[in-house]
Amino acid sequence: MVRFEQLNKWFGRDFHVLRDIDLDIARGERLVVCGPSGSGKSTLIRCINALEPFQEGRLTVNGVALAVEGREDLRAVQQVRRSVGMVFQQFNLFPHLSVLDNLTLAPRNVAKVPRAAAEAQALAQLERVHIADQAHKFPQQLSGGQQQRVAIARALCLAPQILLFDEPTSALDPEMVHEVLDVMVELAGQGITMVCVTHEMEFARSVADRVVFMDQGQIIEQAAPEAFFSNPQSERAQQFLDKLLGVRR
Amino acid sequence: MRPSETIPARPAPPSSGGLRAWVRRELFGSWVSALTTLALLGWALWALPGALDWLLWRAVWQADADACQAARGVGACWGVITEKHRLILLGRYPLEEQWRPVLATGLLLALVIASGVRLFWTRWLVLAWVLVWVVVFTLMGGGVLGLAEVPTERWGGLPLTLMLTTLSIVLACPLAVLLALGRRSRMPAIRTLCAGFIELVRGVPLISVLFMASFLFPLFLPVGATPDVLVRVLLGIALFAAAYLAETVRAGLQSVPQGQLEAANSIGLGWWQTQRLVVLPQALGAVVPGLMNSFISIFKDSSLITIVSLYELTGSLGLALSGDPEWRPFMVEGYLFITAIYFVVCAAMSRYSLWVEQRHARGLAR
Repeated sequence: MVRFEQLNKWFGRDFHVLRDIDLDIARGERLVVCGPSGSGKSTLIRCINALEPFQEGRLTVNGVALAVEGREDLRAVQQVRRSVGMVFQQFNLFPHLSVLDNLTLAPRNVAKVPRAAAEAQALAQLERVHIADQAHKFPQQLSGGQQQRVAIARALCLAPQILLFDEPTSALDPEMVHEVLDVMVELAGQGITMVCVTHEMEFARSVADRVVFMDQGQIIEQAAPEAFFSNPQSERAQQFLDKLLGVRR
Repeated sequence: MRPSETIPARPAPPSSGGLRAWVRRELFGSWVSALTTLALLGWALWALPGALDWLLWRAVWQADADACQAARGVGACWGVITEKHRLILLGRYPLEEQWRPVLATGLLLALVIASGVRLFWTRWLVLAWVLVWVVVFTLMGGGVLGLAEVPTERWGGLPLTLMLTTLSIVLACPLAVLLALGRRSRMPAIRTLCAGFIELVRGVPLISVLFMASFLFPLFLPVGATPDVLVRVLLGIALFAAAYLAETVRAGLQSVPQGQLEAANSIGLGWWQTQRLVVLPQALGAVVPGLMNSFISIFKDSSLITIVSLYELTGSLGLALSGDPEWRPFMVEGYLFITAIYFVVCAAMSRYSLWVEQRHARGLAR
């Protein structure tokens, strides 16, 4: 479904943010990417829908090859984005549009779905994240958890085959984390390919097929969640988990 | 410690005192403020009777130049307005045809006011704009439908001011948006071109733009192929305004967070769609005060076209009075009259801008 081959990325000349990334993500797989801050995990998943250009290597998403920086093919990029949905840490809902209009924007303007059909579909997606009663409010009138669920519904509106989550719960108050995680768990049971950057180890443990651990732009190790949490192979993963779980206990 | 019981919500205490407390707090709160209040009050009591005397009680209202002369220094001569209001408001437009500019002005005002009302923000409004402008130009210019032809150099007064202002704003806005987007473009050629245009135009006074449009520009065109002076001046003002507006719009564009662009990209919107549907609605909403500031400037700066012999409101006041020795002494009253007109229009514009701002803020408010 997604294949990274020897992918390298730099910010500017000196900051080598992704180093020799090799990664295969299977259709329907639920992948959790974790690692200390600055390890390149967000950058990694942002490459998948071409939000970040890369300078070396190959990246294929859903059969479409994304080219290195400077040779991007707009049609390929658009094709990839049609099949990939993304949920951001800061929600990034459009504040000038109602919840419903946030959801119908892409279907109506990208997929050219007529308004009535787009709204019906948007309501169905809102139903899926248990927030249909807020359809006519503006994003700022909702709590953080509600906003993030709207953002998930928006990402679902173009019926993506891959869903990317970039630390979806990090900007939320603690009591709202669960309403978002619950929705993600429900989605995970529905066969969609999911790639999540998250520190929610509970979620990783219960949902992920595989955990990828990154540090300093490299994939250090990958394993099934049980194996990773109970028996990390690398020292860096060991230290990371100690810190993370220490804080959480 | 015992867990405390839930405290029921109760209303806030009533704000303290009535008018008397307000006066004591706001006007006599300290020695400085008490003294200032008294001084201003004294000044008002001293100046107001004289001002009212001059403005109203001892003013001459009928068009009687001798009575005005007699009242000079003690009472205003509003008779000059009674006598000259047609010239001031309509310039040199032929007397027997003056119903035409009056009707055109009415149509234009109705159009502009209707455009400000949310109820009318439909596709029909675009059609209305095209239609009204066709009718306005036909009315003003004539030459068809049995209307006598009136050349543009005889157009003047308030209709000319309003036409120039609205049309140049309408032309300048889309251009300003394109310039602002272009200045932020990733393509160096476009970026340089837009920045160059903006800096060049901003570095030149409007007067010289008008001079160029009116005198220099025709020299570069074959004889007979020169567009009408009004068109040239209109384009000059529009380009000038666009450069200023573009910088305001750019400020708005910069206020839209990067995350909005990423979100728009991630749902597959193309560049133009992203700008049109996501960025511009937020960017323009954020800079309404700045935009209105520029609109008001354009409205008032339109008075500069007098120097290329187009007599809009300010120019036609000069035209009406300076050629007439009998009424020439009463320029001040004339200026007060057009000041009132400018003020009413500008005040309406800023009230409207406040309303738009509040509406925008409500949409974005938590």
